Amino acid sequence: MTATAETRPEIGTARLRKEDAHLITGRSRFTDNMVLPGMLHLAMVRSPFAHARITAIDVSAAKASPGVFAVLTGADVAGEQGSLPNAWPITPDQKAPAHPAIAVDEVAFAGEVVAVVIARSVAAARDAVELVDVDYEELPVVMDLEEAATDKVLAHTSLESNKSATWVFDSGEAGTGTANADALANSDVVVERTLYQQRLIPAFMEPRSIVVDPTGQQITMWSATQIPHILRLMLALTLGIPESKLRVVAPDVGGGFGGKLQVTPEEVITLLAARRMGKPVKYTETRSESLQAGHHGRAQVQRLKIGATKDGIVTGLHVDLLADMGAYLGLVTSGVPILGAFMYNSIYKFPSYHFECHNIFTNKAWTDAYRGAGRPEATFAIERMMDELAVELNMDPLELREKNWIKHDEFPFATVAGLEYDTGNYEAATAKAVELFGYEELRAEQKRRRDANEKVQLGIGVSTFTEMCGLAPSRVLGSLSYGAGGWEHAQVRVLPTGNVEVVTGSSAHGQGHETAWSQLVADRLGVPFENVEVLHGDTQVSQRGLDTYGSRSLSVGGMAVLAAADKVIEKAKVIAAHLMEASEDDLEFANGSFTVKGTDQSTALGEIALAVFAAHNLPDGVEPNLDSEATFDPVNFSFPHGTHLAAMEVDTETGEVSVLKYVCVDDVGVVVNPMLVEGQVHGGLAQGIAQALYEEAVYDDAGTLVTGSFVDYLVPSAPDLPHYITDRTETRATSNQLGAKGVGEAGTIASTPAIVNGILDAVRHLGVKDIKMPCTPSRVWHALQEAETTGGVQ
Amino acid sequence: MPSSKSISVDVDGVTYTDDVEPRLLLVQYLRERLGKTGTLIGCDTTNCGACTVHLDGVSVKSCTMFAVQADGHQVTTIEGLAQDGKLAPMQEAFHQCHALQCGFCTPGMIMQSTSLLKENPHPTETEIREGLEGNLCRCTGYQNIVAAVKSVADGVEYGDSGVSVAESLVDGNAETAGVS
Repeated sequence: MTATAETRPEIGTARLRKEDAHLITGRSRFTDNMVLPGMLHLAMVRSPFAHARITAIDVSAAKASPGVFAVLTGADVAGEQGSLPNAWPITPDQKAPAHPAIAVDEVAFAGEVVAVVIARSVAAARDAVELVDVDYEELPVVMDLEEAATDKVLAHTSLESNKSATWVFDSGEAGTGTANADALANSDVVVERTLYQQRLIPAFMEPRSIVVDPTGQQITMWSATQIPHILRLMLALTLGIPESKLRVVAPDVGGGFGGKLQVTPEEVITLLAARRMGKPVKYTETRSESLQAGHHGRAQVQRLKIGATKDGIVTGLHVDLLADMGAYLGLVTSGVPILGAFMYNSIYKFPSYHFECHNIFTNKAWTDAYRGAGRPEATFAIERMMDELAVELNMDPLELREKNWIKHDEFPFATVAGLEYDTGNYEAATAKAVELFGYEELRAEQKRRRDANEKVQLGIGVSTFTEMCGLAPSRVLGSLSYGAGGWEHAQVRVLPTGNVEVVTGSSAHGQGHETAWSQLVADRLGVPFENVEVLHGDTQVSQRGLDTYGSRSLSVGGMAVLAAADKVIEKAKVIAAHLMEASEDDLEFANGSFTVKGTDQSTALGEIALAVFAAHNLPDGVEPNLDSEATFDPVNFSFPHGTHLAAMEVDTETGEVSVLKYVCVDDVGVVVNPMLVEGQVHGGLAQGIAQALYEEAVYDDAGTLVTGSFVDYLVPSAPDLPHYITDRTETRATSNQLGAKGVGEAGTIASTPAIVNGILDAVRHLGVKDIKMPCTPSRVWHALQEAETTGGVQ
Repeated sequence: MPSSKSISVDVDGVTYTDDVEPRLLLVQYLRERLGKTGTLIGCDTTNCGACTVHLDGVSVKSCTMFAVQADGHQVTTIEGLAQDGKLAPMQEAFHQCHALQCGFCTPGMIMQSTSLLKENPHPTETEIREGLEGNLCRCTGYQNIVAAVKSVADGVEYGDSGVSVAESLVDGNAETAGVS
């Protein structure tokens, strides 16, 4: 048997996806599709109040309802449910309330679970929810973040303050730059602004769903999660179940965007219910439940000061954040603003930087990771501030950025925030974007419309960005008090048939790992792409892993796959030398075969695998398998960057905003599959533009989520979004051998400030200085009216 | 218990006769009774379109119909679209144009796109976008979905190289669509 010589270079080829075949034909395996014998169904009773004491619960009518097997309250499971985990205590004195899966005494946001109905069918369970009678004693609510910071009303009666923690970084103290107060005091110009990051909802398309089967030797949980490995460990720790007795499977997962990077009350409840009933149990949330009780993202008030010389050299940046935790600390809630802390200085050579963040509780759903997690907030703030500074200095926004950014020949560069950027070329990405965009022509058109005082004005929004990806070097995570490491694990097995199984700990939910990992392994082992099978998302198959988030999969998980493949080659080489009676030193490996140099004597990997399986003729001391495993822990983050330009039209009579042209040039390092990268960029742009123009989680004063369905929470549809013009430049990352930087979050991070800067650029000459996101027609129109009545002309 | 009613529905070429509760939604009937789990549920308010199927050849959101309303009608789901083991052109185009990532919106999106071209065989980009307004996708940003639909309208035939040739469809077009 001889492996087919594969001549097509895999790295850089737009391979069509292996994942598609079952998804386009309806043979999907989403969790809610699962049916098991005797399976029972759950429905949650959720608090309608944002803050209340539970004084009594009467479940008798619900229990008597047809098809109902049991109703559990917080009191029923108080001894076993534990407290949901927060893995990132950012300071030693961080405060957090206990977080039971089912509330016992007090609820702290509307949507919190107070009881669960277990029934024969979903319909029977939901019918009975209406019959559970809960008496609440309402408590005062605090919904506004700035008000919560004053502690006048407490979000929890068990805490003395709404402040969870304060985290401070100062370049003067850290030795990474000068003292911030002096730097700002000695500036020619200081611009001070307060910006608002509205609260967003990840809004993955697949509602969260969980099936737990307690029969057999282990408890098996299928969950629509991004993090089967972390979930297994956390459930074990939270519930006191031995980890070895728990198997977690993430089958097809319908999007996550950080929203499924969580250990949820619903997962705990479903597990407890299944264990109690001794039968498989399923829970699938409704969309309203998902919007109400899944974690939210962003939600910060950013108080910013930037200083500069009159020539436009930035002297220092001061960032003072209020970050809305919501009612509880989820898995990494508290750390999200800290991920942003290292990115406010972005691509620039600021000599001085101060960052402080105050994490505050409110009576809203808790926040946590949402695509970009901390970095979109930071990028929005600094890119808005650079535009504000450019206006103050009467300078072109691109010129101001160029004066301050790190030049391509200055890498590696130690930043004022304490990171070392390995590579990048901001000049190249910007030059390409400017050309694709037609920057000068659009500036001329902008001037024409202004001079003619046209109804529809044009603005140009600039956003240059970088992000820290490839989460993460374990030592760095340790220094930031994160509860785990940032490595990734992989296995590669050459089967007796010559087919290759790759096991990855990075569990995909739409990204295309099966395709990309197949390309990596096909390239490295010289086997056909089709002969590689990628397995993931099941802790019994992929025993070790740290899952998928933070644009980490390729630069960390992909590297583990390559390292495992290299180990297979090393192992095979010993056997090949034995089989061909040659010295290992005389062998070379190419196109899936070992050849004795200078001869035509060769043996293919498949032949070696078959020989290994038979084990009739192996060298002494060689185990009969062609398997390997590897764990990769990156030495540094990776730093994708790019330049995004948005031409925004604003109808000054109606406030309507539209994207005339959107150009982005991203440098994500070496690209394995350009088609997948393009797809990630598109999707990222859509979510970033959605923050700028459409989406906001709105609560009323009483604490009810007003945007509790897709009627009100405006996930954009096809006509709401523009055609994106995308391109790339490429500098290799040096933190991994592949040279990849990560792409999952880039579009989301860069696009929001580009859009908002563009809108403001269109109407700034009319006196508008800021518009809160989302920049709806109503908000834009009101800003224009206000500017007109106050006579605000620049 | 609510009284049940007997219905007879042709789904993907097979006639099923069942007793159903009057309140049972068509999508629940498809998923829970017939095991047609290719059709998915993404919301409770008829906004997301993940459950889109064809009723007598016209797209409907199966979460917004009762099963009893399908009595005597013909339903096609994503599972009935491929014929004789060959993908329907829209399925092939979604694959070729990388018009799906997580795949959750995909069944509904393919059914709606198919219906859209039936009504308007040669739509402009704007018409494609407007025709898909009732179907939400959170992964793709829609550009490749639009390209897929356009490629079917244009009769593009794909080879079997396993490599995307769709990039020209996506990128060569600098035409912009406005934000509505």
